[in-house]
Amino acid sequence: MNIIVLIKQVPDTTEIKIDPKTGTLIREGVESIINPDDRHASIINPDDRHAIELAVSLKQDHGGKARVISMGPPQTIDAISEALGMGIDEGILLTDRNFGGADTWATAYTLGKTIEKIKKYDLVICGRQAIDGDTAQIGPQVAEFLNLPQLTYVTQVEQINEKRIVVQRALEDGYERMESPLPVLITVIGEINKPRHPRVDFLINACKDKANIKIWDAADLGVTVQEIGLGGSLTRVIKTFSPKIKRGGEILKGNKEEVVNQLIDRLHEKHFI
Amino acid sequence: MDFSLSMEHEILRKSVRDFSEKEIKPVARELDEKEEFSYDTMRAMAGLGLFGMFVSEEYEGQGMDYISYIIATEEIARVDGSHAATIAAGNSLGTGPLYYYGTEEQKRKYLPEACRGETLWAFGLTEPNAGSDAGNTQTTAILDGDEWVINGSKIFITNGATDITAGTVSLCRTGTRKDGKPELTCIVVEKGTPGFEAREMHGKLMWRASNTSELYFDDCRVPKENLLGPIGDGFHQMLGTLDGGRLSIAAMGLGGAQGAFEMGMKYSKERVQFGRPISTFQVNAFKLADMATEIECARLLLYKACWLRDNEKPFAKHAAMAKLYCSEVMGMCVDHAVQLHGGYGLMKEYDIERFYRDHKLLEIGEGTSEVQRIVISRLIDAV
Repeated sequence: MNIIVLIKQVPDTTEIKIDPKTGTLIREGVESIINPDDRHASIINPDDRHAIELAVSLKQDHGGKARVISMGPPQTIDAISEALGMGIDEGILLTDRNFGGADTWATAYTLGKTIEKIKKYDLVICGRQAIDGDTAQIGPQVAEFLNLPQLTYVTQVEQINEKRIVVQRALEDGYERMESPLPVLITVIGEINKPRHPRVDFLINACKDKANIKIWDAADLGVTVQEIGLGGSLTRVIKTFSPKIKRGGEILKGNKEEVVNQLIDRLHEKHFI
Repeated sequence: MDFSLSMEHEILRKSVRDFSEKEIKPVARELDEKEEFSYDTMRAMAGLGLFGMFVSEEYEGQGMDYISYIIATEEIARVDGSHAATIAAGNSLGTGPLYYYGTEEQKRKYLPEACRGETLWAFGLTEPNAGSDAGNTQTTAILDGDEWVINGSKIFITNGATDITAGTVSLCRTGTRKDGKPELTCIVVEKGTPGFEAREMHGKLMWRASNTSELYFDDCRVPKENLLGPIGDGFHQMLGTLDGGRLSIAAMGLGGAQGAFEMGMKYSKERVQFGRPISTFQVNAFKLADMATEIECARLLLYKACWLRDNEKPFAKHAAMAKLYCSEVMGMCVDHAVQLHGGYGLMKEYDIERFYRDHKLLEIGEGTSEVQRIVISRLIDAV
């Protein structure tokens, strides 16, 4: 079974605090595992770790090859090395100045082109969403680009063989069991597994020059500048700001009985009971 | 001279530290209290590749140098002594003797599972009446046809009675040498062999989440070929194993000292008395300064000993010195750190309480501080 995992390197929000005055990240005094000199705490996006874990455990059970693909600046190689440390066989780093500034459309296009170039695959796994952008769009968009069926919010892979997969997906009010032919793209949520820590010798080998990591740029993918990065993006970010949180509390007035009845009505209204 | 660690060693340290903080630190206190060996953390440490660190890849080890194993042990000990003990005994006493002295067949049979952390091996040396005087081993093995018949017992054996213990390499008296001294030989005894029993020991002061056992051999019969290396080589093998083992204990002292120092530093910066953090009182700042200085010395000594070993130079003297020094430095550090914690340092809700207890083993196990001083004094030709 050939598995492709799409991962993203993101700032470690558990380690990084936001300066309340300026609204920017405070990045002091935090270190990445692989590169002690990297003061910017960058990690593999948490949901993507679950995607890697799923790929490695499926590979262990069913054989085959697992690859990760990540697009980003050159230091994204650290995330790929860590994935190799967890047991992924090969990494592909997509790095090129022209990839920069991509929105989800241009990113999905670039990732899709990469997967097309790899050709042989049965399963593409993504994390549900990244903690920095929170869009949850890349998985579905890549599936559309490749014209693959997609299963999102997967909490369990119940069965898988060369031809089909049966998964459990999380819905707002329960779970749903779905079957799909392969190849398929799935996005997973944290509930699915507990990601392993990298094996020390795999991790060390993955950080060496001879590590099995390919570095591809726009030319390798045969894409034009108009299709990728800022040029290929359909959306523009005009401004980012922290939302002002308003806690919309409401005090119910009346005697005990009235208040309880009001509360029950309100819960009915909201379909909570 | 270059004192910097390689990129590989730095990555190893970071990743083991990250793992220890996330997986071991949160459960260490409870396991200590329950006196429980955790198979969950054992599996997790195995997944990290910490059980065959210096064994070559041919036997599914990690094929790393000795300093790598020492750094890993140090980092685990920084958060918990018991887990460091499981790793240390698993490597230097478990896979170590099989790897260095075993036959090709024994290595192929036992090492892959042990390196994957699916099994543990116990080194049976100490006996009720043979502690520092290890030459006085009383467990006997007598050849009867094609089998060795073993009788005797071992005590304080780490990793000897877990559910995943595959067996023991135990030192036995197989005869008398020409010079009248006992002929000692290491013999492999697999778990499940009739007449062999391992019992867990409880009621420990320290390392309460590590597995300590008594081994009993009662007319225990093993095939003739279960010898580890040539007959009569046991004493030499034991000394060689302990030279490496001393570096493990030193690593546990260094890591424990580092952990205690960090706890003392954190607490004394947060604790306010007389309107200021207690770390700003000179009497406390000097304690921290002394701890930091001693830890630096301990690390240099231990890493030098490992460097000698990795470069195939004589390292027995430095190993004994590092074992002695690092364990005593941890003693000083836990003492200071508990003092900095005041009354809270005496309570189980602070990890320093466990470190204070765990430290004591290091001055006793794998050769007491007194024995280390004997070894050193002989190696410097003082006696």
